[in-house]
Amino acid sequence: MSDESTAHDATDGHEMEAYRYPDGSITYPGHPLGPGGQEPTGTVDLSDHVAEVVTWTTSTATPPGVRQPNTVAIVEFDVDGEPVRAIGQVTTDGVEIGDEVRPVYCEELRDPDAGIREAESQEWDGFRFEPVE
Amino acid sequence: MERVAIIGASMTQFGQREEWIRDLLAEAGIACLDDAGVSPDAVEHLYVSNMASGEFEGQTGVPNALAHDLSAVPAYTARIDQTSSSGGAGVYAAWQSIASGASEMTLLVGGEKMTHRTTAEATDVIASLTHPVEYKHGLTLPSFAGLTARHYLDKYDAPRESLGKVAVKNHRNGVDNPHAQFQKEVDLDTVLESPIVADPLRLYDFCPITDGSAALLLCPESVAREYTDEYAVISGIGGATDTHVVHERADPTTMGGVVNSSEQAYEMADIGPEDVDVAELHDMFTILEFLQSEDLGFFEKGEGWKAVEEGVTDRDGELPINTSGGLKSKGHPLGASGVAQVYESYKQVVGDAGPRQVDAETALACNVGGFGNCVTTTILEGQL
Repeated sequence: MSDESTAHDATDGHEMEAYRYPDGSITYPGHPLGPGGQEPTGTVDLSDHVAEVVTWTTSTATPPGVRQPNTVAIVEFDVDGEPVRAIGQVTTDGVEIGDEVRPVYCEELRDPDAGIREAESQEWDGFRFEPVE
Repeated sequence: MERVAIIGASMTQFGQREEWIRDLLAEAGIACLDDAGVSPDAVEHLYVSNMASGEFEGQTGVPNALAHDLSAVPAYTARIDQTSSSGGAGVYAAWQSIASGASEMTLLVGGEKMTHRTTAEATDVIASLTHPVEYKHGLTLPSFAGLTARHYLDKYDAPRESLGKVAVKNHRNGVDNPHAQFQKEVDLDTVLESPIVADPLRLYDFCPITDGSAALLLCPESVAREYTDEYAVISGIGGATDTHVVHERADPTTMGGVVNSSEQAYEMADIGPEDVDVAELHDMFTILEFLQSEDLGFFEKGEGWKAVEEGVTDRDGELPINTSGGLKSKGHPLGASGVAQVYESYKQVVGDAGPRQVDAETALACNVGGFGNCVTTTILEGQL
């Protein structure tokens, strides 16, 4: 796979890596096989794109190790005309459908040692979404 | 392929129970065998629908434990885990066992023990089904419901109150279900003023955490009359998946697993949604009743909320939905729920639903796992 992306300064050098497939579609996160059972052809760094909020919620009943309250959103990026959706925490609870947001890197999104999932089984850093002023 | 009959059914009291998983499963299993008048040594296949007895209680190996506790050894046994749709998947497995000729008598028992855990712990056990990208952001099933509810209300210009009316309706139905966790009505103001859990959804938009179990006994229809004069046939059944990563779905208000599983079930039963007389839907959250009622073809997309507003889905309406009280008032012991949905459907089509009885020859149950990730749709027809 080739890396089509360049790192964004606001992302502390980290990439929000999505996969591109032969039919042109892009998914975040990536999968070993995409539409039609085709292997991905490359990656796209979403961290230097802006996205639009599709929907959001503020959860008050959060599981162990998760901030409370926890505002999360489904957002949609436009990568050269290709829509790509992602989900994640929002930096503020002041967000609305249609708002423009950008990814902001966070070193630890929840406490890896507090929940049921084995801490070593996955990564715990990632990108929150920050409204674009 | 053999036509498959359900000749016995049971469900335990749902709610906060002192018993642990082994005893809960045995309680429903014994009651089901008693209901059909069948001896445990006649059971050839024994399936246990259960999501997480290991995580909740530290008890694994429950199918073998149940076989022993029911004196059903040497029956073949297996645990069916499909998260919240473990019960529906168990119905599918039990149906397959009879339809294929592999078993002449199959007992399915679904159960879960959850209430000894805190709400946060139970929520985390359930949320462990999510993709790592979702889990690390603290996504839970209730938060998916909040995200989807906001999108639905915005997209279809539906009033927030319509979601509350689902809760009001299902609580009203639950009053007449002696096995329900909540046998009390709630009014709309109570629902709309309850604490926010996942904005715009509030406490009464969510099902409770529940202990309980339910069971079904299945055999070939060709021998069903040897056991009972009244039984139900599984005339249609289908199972399907949707994306594991919820936000990758093209339309957040459509559950592809519901669409695909119901198409299979309708085709097998040679009926359409207009032929269904009564339905049990997976109202783990009020918004799910809208999505399923539309994706099953009962109502046009974006119109499910109007049906609730107009009383179409009331017990005395044109298409009663969740006469049992649904997961909302009956409770949601994960592995038991899909089995209990078919228990209610069975009771309706054999005319044994007591005060909940409606005029029904054909019933449909739709059991959803994850946030629409896995779905089983089952259609029953009464044979009286």
